[in-house]
Amino acid sequence: MDSAQNNLFCLSGKSILVTGASSGIGKAIAVLCSKMGAVVYVTARNEERLKETMSLLEGAGHKMFLADLTKAEDREKLVNELPLLDGIVQNAGVGSRVLCKNINESDLDFVFNPNLKAPILLQTLLLQQKKVSKGASIVFTASRAANSPSVGNAVYSASKGALISYAKCLGLELAPRKIRVNCICPGMVQTGIIEKSGLDDDVMLELQKKYPLQRCGTSEDIANLAVYLLSDASSWMTGSCIDITGGGEGILI
Amino acid sequence: MDLQEFVKDFANQFDDTDASEIKGDTVFQDLDEWSSLTTLAVIAMAKTQYGKTVSGKEIRSCETVEDLFNLVVSK
Repeated sequence: MDSAQNNLFCLSGKSILVTGASSGIGKAIAVLCSKMGAVVYVTARNEERLKETMSLLEGAGHKMFLADLTKAEDREKLVNELPLLDGIVQNAGVGSRVLCKNINESDLDFVFNPNLKAPILLQTLLLQQKKVSKGASIVFTASRAANSPSVGNAVYSASKGALISYAKCLGLELAPRKIRVNCICPGMVQTGIIEKSGLDDDVMLELQKKYPLQRCGTSEDIANLAVYLLSDASSWMTGSCIDITGGGEGILI
Repeated sequence: MDLQEFVKDFANQFDDTDASEIKGDTVFQDLDEWSSLTTLAVIAMAKTQYGKTVSGKEIRSCETVEDLFNLVVSK
């Protein structure tokens, strides 16, 4: 047996699903999982960008699935085609910045459908179709925003808070099968989600200075933690929310 | 409602117990995997697949899977 196989931090022999894998944190997680030896199943809506993620994966056997996880038929098709999984990264999500006085129903749907309803219903299906192996690890990309208020972030923060609460219950229900469930709560990470939610570059530059480590996170920073949670090195971790913030707790903006 | 179908649906609520271990005369509360979680799964199964409401207490009052089937039928 070579040393890689002995390494608890490796993902050799594991089949791992990553949602939202076409960009940002999901893309970095998919790439790192492949480098650590996993067979990776990537899914997202955008074909061109998902193909780019595929092209960056190392090793063989990876597959991509185009899916809009807010659609029941897409979730069903995806789960039917997936093998038994040892790791699931529920990462797909969107951001938005709307003031409380301006929130309308479509703002709520825009955020809650992909950030909360889709991952919950996807998880239901994965469990019903028995696609989650005993001892598997499930990781949700949540956010520091769940506990750290910032102006205009009410809907997004609420969606991540709800996701964390869901994940904790899920962890409890799956514990008898030694399936672990953990959340990652990143501080500000430079991805497309930030730009799309309407934060300007100069605001971001100012913001970085407030972080003790003087920079925003990168997608790769978050991927390192995700791989740890997916690996057997974290066998005693479940029901946790792990902050990864460059020291910037509570100063998102 | 058919007993065979019901036994199949019931067996499907388990993850680590092979379906072949579960028959009409199985004393289901003796199964290793039986727990408060499986009770909740059976309540949900009765509701979604058979449109019937059964309580945990009623489920626990049953001995065999066939007793459970009769309970759901009676609702």
